[in-house]
Amino acid sequence: MQLYCMFKNICNTWKMISLYHMRCSSNSLNPPPAKYGGRHTVTLIPGDGIGPELLSHVREVFRFSCVPVDFEVVHVNSALEAEDDIDNAITAIRRNGVAIKGNIETKHTMPPSVKSRNNLLRTSLDLYANVMHCQSLPGVQTRHKNIDIMIIRENTEGEYSSLEHESVSGVVECLKIITRTNSLRIAEYAFQLAREKGRRRVTAVHKANIMKLGDGLFLQCCREVASGYPDITFDSMIVDNTTMQLVSKPQQFDVMVMPNLYGNVVSNVCAGLVGGPGLVPGANYGRDYAVFETATRNTGKSVAGKNIANPTAMLLASCMMLDHLKYVLLLHTADLGGQGTTSEVVQSVMRVIQSKGQLTADI
Amino acid sequence: MAAGSVWRSLVSQVMGGANRRPAGSSFSRGMQTVTLIPGDGIGPEISAAVVKIFDAAKAPVQWEERNVTAIKGPGGKWMIPADAKESMDRSKIGLKGPLKTPIAAGHPSMNLLLRKTFDLYANVRPCVSIEGYRTPYTDVDLVTIRENTEGEYSGIEHVIVDGVVQSIKLITEDASRRIAEYAFEYARNNQRSSVTAVHKANIMRMSDGLFLRKCREVAENFKDVKFTEMYLDTVCLNMVQEPTQFDVLVMPNLYGDILSDLCAGLIGGLGVTPSGNIGANGVAIFESVHGTAPDIAGLDLANPTALLLSAVMMLRHMGLHQHAAKIQTACFGTIKEKKVLTKDLGGNSKCSEFTAEICRRVQDLD
Repeated sequence: MQLYCMFKNICNTWKMISLYHMRCSSNSLNPPPAKYGGRHTVTLIPGDGIGPELLSHVREVFRFSCVPVDFEVVHVNSALEAEDDIDNAITAIRRNGVAIKGNIETKHTMPPSVKSRNNLLRTSLDLYANVMHCQSLPGVQTRHKNIDIMIIRENTEGEYSSLEHESVSGVVECLKIITRTNSLRIAEYAFQLAREKGRRRVTAVHKANIMKLGDGLFLQCCREVASGYPDITFDSMIVDNTTMQLVSKPQQFDVMVMPNLYGNVVSNVCAGLVGGPGLVPGANYGRDYAVFETATRNTGKSVAGKNIANPTAMLLASCMMLDHLKYVLLLHTADLGGQGTTSEVVQSVMRVIQSKGQLTADI
Repeated sequence: MAAGSVWRSLVSQVMGGANRRPAGSSFSRGMQTVTLIPGDGIGPEISAAVVKIFDAAKAPVQWEERNVTAIKGPGGKWMIPADAKESMDRSKIGLKGPLKTPIAAGHPSMNLLLRKTFDLYANVRPCVSIEGYRTPYTDVDLVTIRENTEGEYSGIEHVIVDGVVQSIKLITEDASRRIAEYAFEYARNNQRSSVTAVHKANIMRMSDGLFLRKCREVAENFKDVKFTEMYLDTVCLNMVQEPTQFDVLVMPNLYGDILSDLCAGLIGGLGVTPSGNIGANGVAIFESVHGTAPDIAGLDLANPTALLLSAVMMLRHMGLHQHAAKIQTACFGTIKEKKVLTKDLGGNSKCSEFTAEICRRVQDLD
């Protein structure tokens, strides 16, 4: 009975994957990334914790399905103070245009001058939009049903500007930067995406009652952009009220746009609502580059190496990546030139995943 | 007289304040004075409800009602009225209803003014699932302790050049140590087993790093309480999946704001969540955190639960545990019974009926 349930879960997951081809966000303004000899080259950064094992699942599935994608693996050692590793990774992504990555740990034992590697990557490549689509998945038990929220989070500035100084001993200032340019840019991205996906409402999340200038500017930019999209309803909500509403009535939200830190909070709350960090993929888009990862960016040290991490999120992220590469996953139907019948492929995938151990611990 | 001074020092210790009180002021006839600030909108009716219930429970509390609408003092600085300040300074304990947020009134928010006047550095919100008021989350029992004076709400913002705004988040060693000490003391005094520091020190290396360091240092002096650290995003993720794993959470201002409201949402919203603000010099102001609800003001429809539970928190803070337990049991019993409930709790009784039911239960418990 348990096996049947698990098979059903996997089938549902792969059904979702095919639906993702139609729903996956892709920035139609991006130029096509590098493609040599009919195959794409994509940078792969294993990261720490569960990153390496999740990405090895992705590679295995791709290899099995004969997906014409080659991975250029770049390791980033989080224990080193020097930035050479992350610089190499950034160069590789500039070369290939697309990457898939695990989360790189930020060790607290390092001096504060050592910045988060993940953040460095996002800001250097100007991956200004973090997009996450939270949907209730059938077969996953959660307290709330029928959730379908798209979260667009400004990914380069705000509280993550990494500008801090200790004015006098014991007094630290941390700067939160909000600019008109980036706020307009992310609002434009959100509304365009909403229109592309046929969504009806965009909600801006802010704390402008307290941070009158900073979040006030963000809100003002959203309103300006909203006026150019009369077909889409625009409203705003204060972040603490938003989290309260999310845990009581999450079905009221459609598309949400917000600055960096609130995006962190809201995306984690939403991921928890639909079933946890193992289920939701995330994408970081810039004008020229795109990097795919799990939405909640966990290193998952407590579950690493134990064969219990859920690969769904990373697999779905790889599907988003393929969609971005304008490449249809040859998994389901033979008439698209696929390798076999749906059930054959699903069974093989299931065998691969099953052989790696119990998945359903978290679902 | 000797017994009186023993009682005074005992209460002083419990409240954590070091000040000696002037003789006879707050403790006439064993009664303790509490400054009551009814507030606006539904404030007066729910305050009246709480006074009535305290009466029925025979709690040794003497109320001093004051108004805190801002007035402009000498030098043009906005401040709370002198009699309100004097009453609070004397009684050290306050109970406050919801205050109207002024728009274009020229003066800052009253909550901010109170916070600054009495240096209310810790906001404490215990979130406990209420039996009988069902939410998708059961068995929630956690406390959020939020640093209330600095952090992201320092109010320091500049427009650097047109289109570029800088907001400053301030973290100081003293404020971080103070809130950490309060959190551990609270955990110890209330038999809580663990304290979790919530931070984002992977991104805000120096500021949250300082906060975390101070928490770690203070944890060294409280070996009986377990100390853990968790990223803000991990807390949010786990909170909506399994909130029972959390006990006491301590964090800087913004994270506290977001998380305390998130936790309030888990147990049913701001209409049933108590809140307390602890200040320097032993001052403590307990409040309901919901709005003034002007649409139902004066119609006897309001739900006094939030203010009542805050008042219960206040009784515990004052050391009157028996009375606190009595009133809380009566309140939860009424909600569980589901016969007399206000509209927001799913019933159609009036505020006065709800209050009367609780009073009846309290008297029955005697």
